[in-house]
Amino acid sequence: MPVQVLMPALSPTMTEGKLAKWLKKEGDAVKSGDVLAEIETDKATMEVEAVDEGTLLKILVPEGTENVAVNTPIASIGEEGESAETAPAPAAAKSVELKHDVTVSTPSTPAPVPAQAKAPETDEDKYFKDVKTQTVREALRDAMAEEMRRDPTVFLMGEEVAEYQGAYKISQGLLQEFGAERVIDTPITEHGFAGLAVGAAFGGLRPIVEFMTMNFSMQAIDHIINSAAKTLYMSGGQMGCPIVFRGPNGAAARVGAQHSQDYASWYGHVPGLKVVAPYSAADAKGLLKAAIRDPNPVVFLENEIVYGHSFPVPTDPDFIVPIGKAKVVRAGTDVTIVTYSICVAHALAAAEQLAEQGISAEVIDLRTIRPLDVDTVMASVKKTNRLVAVEEGWAFAGIGSELAALAMERAFDYLDAPVVRVTAKDVPLPYAANLEKLALPQPHDIVEAVKSVTYRK
Amino acid sequence: MAIPKRRAKSAAPEAPTLPSSDELIRYYREMLLIRRFEEKAGQMYGMGLIGGFCHLYIGQEAVVVGVQSAMDSRDSVITSYRDHGHMLACGMDAKGVMAELTGRRGGYSKGKGGSMHMFSREKKFYGGHGIVGAQVPIGAGLGFAHKYSKDGGFNACYFGDGAVNQGQVYETFNMAALWKLPVLFIIENNKYAMGTAQARSSAGELYQRGSAYGIPGRQVNGMDVLDVRAAALEAVEHIRDGNGPVILEMKTYRYRGHSMSDPAKYRTKEEVNKMRSESDPIDNLKKLLLEQGIADEEALKVVDREVKDIVTEAAEFATQSPEPDPSELWTDVLVES
Repeated sequence: MPVQVLMPALSPTMTEGKLAKWLKKEGDAVKSGDVLAEIETDKATMEVEAVDEGTLLKILVPEGTENVAVNTPIASIGEEGESAETAPAPAAAKSVELKHDVTVSTPSTPAPVPAQAKAPETDEDKYFKDVKTQTVREALRDAMAEEMRRDPTVFLMGEEVAEYQGAYKISQGLLQEFGAERVIDTPITEHGFAGLAVGAAFGGLRPIVEFMTMNFSMQAIDHIINSAAKTLYMSGGQMGCPIVFRGPNGAAARVGAQHSQDYASWYGHVPGLKVVAPYSAADAKGLLKAAIRDPNPVVFLENEIVYGHSFPVPTDPDFIVPIGKAKVVRAGTDVTIVTYSICVAHALAAAEQLAEQGISAEVIDLRTIRPLDVDTVMASVKKTNRLVAVEEGWAFAGIGSELAALAMERAFDYLDAPVVRVTAKDVPLPYAANLEKLALPQPHDIVEAVKSVTYRK
Repeated sequence: MAIPKRRAKSAAPEAPTLPSSDELIRYYREMLLIRRFEEKAGQMYGMGLIGGFCHLYIGQEAVVVGVQSAMDSRDSVITSYRDHGHMLACGMDAKGVMAELTGRRGGYSKGKGGSMHMFSREKKFYGGHGIVGAQVPIGAGLGFAHKYSKDGGFNACYFGDGAVNQGQVYETFNMAALWKLPVLFIIENNKYAMGTAQARSSAGELYQRGSAYGIPGRQVNGMDVLDVRAAALEAVEHIRDGNGPVILEMKTYRYRGHSMSDPAKYRTKEEVNKMRSESDPIDNLKKLLLEQGIADEEALKVVDREVKDIVTEAAEFATQSPEPDPSELWTDVLVES
């Protein structure tokens, strides 16, 4: 009975890849462990090994095919002489269904903006006359490369940033361009290298510290807060610490509680830090450039799922997004949805659904957590009279809690409904696919929250 | 390089070439300034002029004065919260240090840092750190910056026998050795991590703590400024030659408690008195100066008077300098770009 070889998922967030090369041809004998093919994603090239023995009966996806979805049958293996056509249909591709519910954009298509709800014009618009489509991953890499070309004191350090080209391939090509003195592989020693980088910043350099995930920054949090954030104040203004701590933040896909936390409210709590959490590739690039140029310590929160998403990015090398400016990404009149990072995608999806139901939602991407752009948020709340705050963090002392307090302080008389927070459930993030989905904010949660503040059934 | 082989206890420097008379008198003066400054700080603490935590360096003066004598203006310094002596040895103004202790606007941190948090970029003194051991990776980072910018300098990174048990110290040793960073790690072993004697908290010998990383280490009589200087000179040569870090364990002693609020009941009066009477770094250098005819009593009295004047002036400045303006509450949180 022939068996089908399926397109494998090579990482928790992979949904598709390129079938780069077949290393076996039809009719070849195959034994377990043989490398059948090479798969390329935007992150890595990986080999597909055979787990079944027999003859490669038929290649179903020719080499060079792009965007092959995970679990697509790519070949069949069976006894010599068997008919490949008799191979059974693949089992339901469960892991595909269970992938994150992000429908707003895929790696190859720019995020759609509904024509009827275009974002209001801003100073940044002039840069968007000439754009190219880039993933967030590429945008982050370009931001670092451009700033390293501009300023020889900028350097990158972290685990696997150099020879491995980045655990998530954010630093691809940087070692080759800038050399090992400026792109530095560290041992697995977050507390140590974060402290070392702070010392280098005190000593006149501009380090970019990559944490493989911000979850690991907890090992280093003493240096981020006690050493980087507080020293300027404690020194009466002498000891500036120009440093960027960056890495993926929040949930990826089924990586469990220790690798899935959103640290926006943790770092946002601390005076002396700036905290940035972009969603789009343009914002990722413009804000990372701003963060590297900033004379203060900046915690730069990325998102692993969004790394592979594509957006239009201005080509102008002077494009930079100022830290501390939120962006209205969809104009609306009935409710203000305020969020950041990947939840912007959920909010836009929710806004689209709400529009179909006749509710006009304004969506604000905070982009910066600290300093928070209170003016933009409150101007919107005063217009819509309703606020829904969305985040992947927990509710307790979260960003939504802060927004609710600010709305109460600054727009109390304008509110027509209590502020509602859509957050992660108050549990460590579970591994099981269904539970993970239940624990994280989903577009329908936002839809429900908006209906409650607009008193709609 | 001889350092890796010489791990014997307190190996006295062979064929010591005595520094010049002027140098020796300068060490005496610097150690005495630290001693008198700290005594005054202790007194002012008792008067309620200094608040919070205040860790005095009395007894350990030979360590910082000896090490600093082997350094030059290219080099940077970082230490823990027992930092007043290091600041004075770096040439920072006694007035500014004392005014920081009193929390006044004339202090090095405008009164916003306090005893544990003072800095001088001008003198390349990078603090003053309140978290035990945190200055160790930061110091290695300063060493990294020296190497990156090829300025020929190194970082002198001081920490205590308590800090040696922090994990980040070993994270730092690993990176410093791996990347051959120009850092001199100076363990100021005053025998007590607050109230816990070394034998109760630390396994093995502290100067060997870098052995597994290939970092040469050596134990030094930290109560003798000339021994300290000789060891530091040798270590600095090793570092400047691009060979990476060196560890010097300074066997020293603090006469006072861990901080002003520590009655130091974990050790006997006899132990303290014995160290004071037999091993005091200032008394012993004074004896040497007199015996060798480098200075007479009269000349040393002049030094004593100069030092006393500096400390008196610092104390006056620190009590007269006004408290920070309330508007300072909101400044220096971020660098305005």
